[in-house]
Amino acid sequence: MKKLDYTVLTRRANQIKEELRQELRKPYKQVIDLYWGDPHAAGVKPLSFVRQVLAACLYPDLVNSNTLPVDVRQRAQRLLGECAGGSVGSYTATAGIPEIVHRISEFITKRDGGAPSDPENIYISPGSQWALRNILKVLVNSQASPRTGVLTPGPCYPLTNFTIKGLGGVTVPYYLSEEQGWELHVGELHRALDSAKGLCNPVALYVINPGNPAGYVQSRKTMQEVIRFASEKRLFLLADEVYQECVHGEKSEFLSYKRVLSEMGPPLSDTVELASFHSASKGFMGECGLRGGYVELVNLDPDVMKCIYKLFSTDTCAPVLSQIALDLMTDPPQPGDPSYPLYSEETQHIKTMMVHNVKRVFEVLNSLPGFSCKPVEGGGFAFPRLHLPPKAIQKAKEMEMEPDLFYCMTLLEEAGVLVKPGMENGPKEGTHHIRFCIITPDDTMEEMLSRLSSFHTQFMKDFS
Amino acid sequence: MSATRMQLLSPRNVRLLSRGRNELLAGAGPRVCSLTSPPLSSSSPGRALSSLSATRRGLPKEKMSENGVSSRAKVLTIDNMNPTVKKVEYAVRGPIVQRALELERELSEGMKKPFVEVIKANIGDAHAMGQQPITFFRQVLALCSYPELLNDSSFPEDAKSRARRILQSCGGNSIGSYSASQGIESVRQDVARYIERRDGGVPCDPDNIFLTTGASDGIVTMLKLLVCGEGETRTGVMISIPQYPLYSAALAELAAVQVNYYLNEEKCWSMDLSELQRSLDEARRHCNPRALCVINPGNPTGQVQSRQCIEDVIRFAAKERLFLMADEVYQDNVYAEGCQFHSFKKVLFDMGPEYSDIVELASFHSTSKCYMGECGFRGGYMEIINLDEEVRAQLTKLVSVRLCPPVPGQALMDLVVNPPQIGEPSYDKFSKERSATLSVLAEKAKLTEQVLNTVKGISCNPVQGAMYSFPRISIPEKAIKEATDKGQQADMFYCMKLLEETGICLVPGSGFGQRDGTYHFRMTILPSTDKLKILLNKVKEFHQKFTEQYS
Repeated sequence: MKKLDYTVLTRRANQIKEELRQELRKPYKQVIDLYWGDPHAAGVKPLSFVRQVLAACLYPDLVNSNTLPVDVRQRAQRLLGECAGGSVGSYTATAGIPEIVHRISEFITKRDGGAPSDPENIYISPGSQWALRNILKVLVNSQASPRTGVLTPGPCYPLTNFTIKGLGGVTVPYYLSEEQGWELHVGELHRALDSAKGLCNPVALYVINPGNPAGYVQSRKTMQEVIRFASEKRLFLLADEVYQECVHGEKSEFLSYKRVLSEMGPPLSDTVELASFHSASKGFMGECGLRGGYVELVNLDPDVMKCIYKLFSTDTCAPVLSQIALDLMTDPPQPGDPSYPLYSEETQHIKTMMVHNVKRVFEVLNSLPGFSCKPVEGGGFAFPRLHLPPKAIQKAKEMEMEPDLFYCMTLLEEAGVLVKPGMENGPKEGTHHIRFCIITPDDTMEEMLSRLSSFHTQFMKDFS
Repeated sequence: MSATRMQLLSPRNVRLLSRGRNELLAGAGPRVCSLTSPPLSSSSPGRALSSLSATRRGLPKEKMSENGVSSRAKVLTIDNMNPTVKKVEYAVRGPIVQRALELERELSEGMKKPFVEVIKANIGDAHAMGQQPITFFRQVLALCSYPELLNDSSFPEDAKSRARRILQSCGGNSIGSYSASQGIESVRQDVARYIERRDGGVPCDPDNIFLTTGASDGIVTMLKLLVCGEGETRTGVMISIPQYPLYSAALAELAAVQVNYYLNEEKCWSMDLSELQRSLDEARRHCNPRALCVINPGNPTGQVQSRQCIEDVIRFAAKERLFLMADEVYQDNVYAEGCQFHSFKKVLFDMGPEYSDIVELASFHSTSKCYMGECGFRGGYMEIINLDEEVRAQLTKLVSVRLCPPVPGQALMDLVVNPPQIGEPSYDKFSKERSATLSVLAEKAKLTEQVLNTVKGISCNPVQGAMYSFPRISIPEKAIKEATDKGQQADMFYCMKLLEETGICLVPGSGFGQRDGTYHFRMTILPSTDKLKILLNKVKEFHQKFTEQYS
């Protein structure tokens, strides 16, 4: 088995960054780091309104001074009134500050065309993955025989797979169809489920929409098929929707699984058990470091809900600043508010930036032999396919690396660009990809594409 | 000492985070989780997507009528869910707190009660009870949050330079970027220097510091690493009785064996070596005890262990090959004269290489307690000593699952370990605020002990440190019987009555563990001095009345 240590790449990147800081000479002045889905690290500025409210909540003297806009101060005052002792340093109720949870449920209802959302079914957590992990803890019985299985997409967000295995579960991949823009075919779900026979006991189906790493936005039709499949096969549906604000394709529209389920009507809408996840880390806010996310649970057994409550209660609660960030995400400035013009300008800028970036990525990479890139309809990443020459694959083998890791290591050394090897995301065997963040200022994207193009052209030549 | 001593946590016996073994399981039977579901009917099921459930979280629910409730069995049920999760209980946020919240709601809706407010003395949340944050900390964090404020002259220069330094260590100069999973490097370095200063120069390697989402996160992570084996070789973890119920909850969830050792109530809740030995020997008959957890200063008991005691515990751990877990989140909360906080790390190293080279230790700290009381930030760290290299690699993988701890919490921890120094603009105010907070806590600790000890039937050990009192209460036989008839623990029965009659919310001792036949409650010393006096008097009155009523 090949030695697959992906940390070698990020460790080398840190070394190079350090060497650059010490002004050692390199063919480039700085490393362009688009490895993580981290907008701020990639150069995107935080939203002013969000940071102003957080600052005022942290240091309430600002509520009474004229430094900040009046709606910021009002919002901070309201939020502080909802915190125990008027401080963001207090614990909160387990699921989150009740007023915030309530407003999140209102956001969900509004987003979903009126489908009701019960605040009692929502838990705020330090990041959506934390909540996902808690739900998985309930689903996965590490002592069961056969082991608990969870269907996850190929390619997938690797942390989820890692978490499932860490809890003693088994991941059962269902492959998205790259040729058809990463479409999810229900036949493939059937194949995956059948493959699990005798190997594990599948209890849940995990979907990511919009996708990570692949940049698809699922159609209503696909989602209905997924829901019907989950219902028929008695699978718990886990819907990871953290990139719902990142929709770039003109014809694409984000629909939540909750909404689609609700609009399918009874009996499905009353019986399919669903957990939907959202986060303050992605989208326009990009507040990864705050660690704020939530889960909405639908149609769960009441006794199971009680256990879930107890589980979340041992975590005490999510950080208060994170809860506030979620509140600001789901209840942003409205037209007429003093902060609205700036807020609108900043979010519009980010949206335009993402649309522009994915267009450029599509153009540039598809013009390079050895690359093929599907349109990035949504999500935070591009996941283009590498068609590597046999000599490159051979060299990678000699270096005991997966071919895409070899490509990324060389790209880092020679061009100072850090992207993620696609192997970590578990795509179809024998295919190679790279993944990079597209939520980054346009000039960073241009510079990256320029360096990547030059490097790639040379690389293909060297290994032809 | 020539022989290299094999470390307790070696890769062989740590539960490795291996990729799922996709081995073919012979004779896999029918799917466990599906109950035979009756054919779907078209009648309206009981759980429509639109129905707002009447269930309040966690509260026992009125049984809904069975007719029409979903004709289709749930996919995820109590019977097929992960069984270990069912065993998780966490008294601090348990049923009594739910009832207290309900009462608050009822009061706010104008319902008449025998009290005008609910006093929540159940949770160690200082700010909720009116303690003020440290100004300097909040200024720096506000500057980090909205760096435009660096141009604002109302913020002191030292706060600004701290904020700049923190922002420089963040990706994109934003606290909204992910940090490394182990935590921001410059913060870990500052933590290491703090530990060195605190421990009189004993060296600390920043690589041994892991920043965490509150201390709880670190504790649970280490327990995960420790727990393995099956049946008689299943890991046992020694924990004090009484204990902070995070431990019992985590051990239940991990299906580890909880090995109880009793603290000595007669000797101010001190640790008793002979009791440790008894507990260990007994446990060895049915499990494999590998770890010893100590909370110092203690929660719920408030004792501050003597240096001698800590040395004895270290010797015991060395001799019996136990991994030491030292929960030291209350390290600045020491009030009683003659008491002093001694870190396990310092004592260990003072004992020389015979011990410091081999005893495996994890120490935990947090931003939630002490004089900061910033629970809502979920900031914490752990220091790992003498951990096997390969196990360390597993630990690094484990913490990556959390992505990273909240960056504001990391920033706050940086300030806690690196506060204003003499001569800096913010020093005077900082120093005053810190002293004031700690001295008020000390006064309240004393007051609590004094008042409770005037009550016949209540006896309270000195609150030497931490934030709680854990007095022993005598409950009359009649009351015990009534409680049993109700299916309640006697101290839960007592505390529920106390809540209903006085609005005071405490946590029954059964939530923390206590010797059979004894009863306690845990109350915090955090309400303002005025409220605390009211609380203590009400408890006194209630106890007298309760005792009479059930005599």
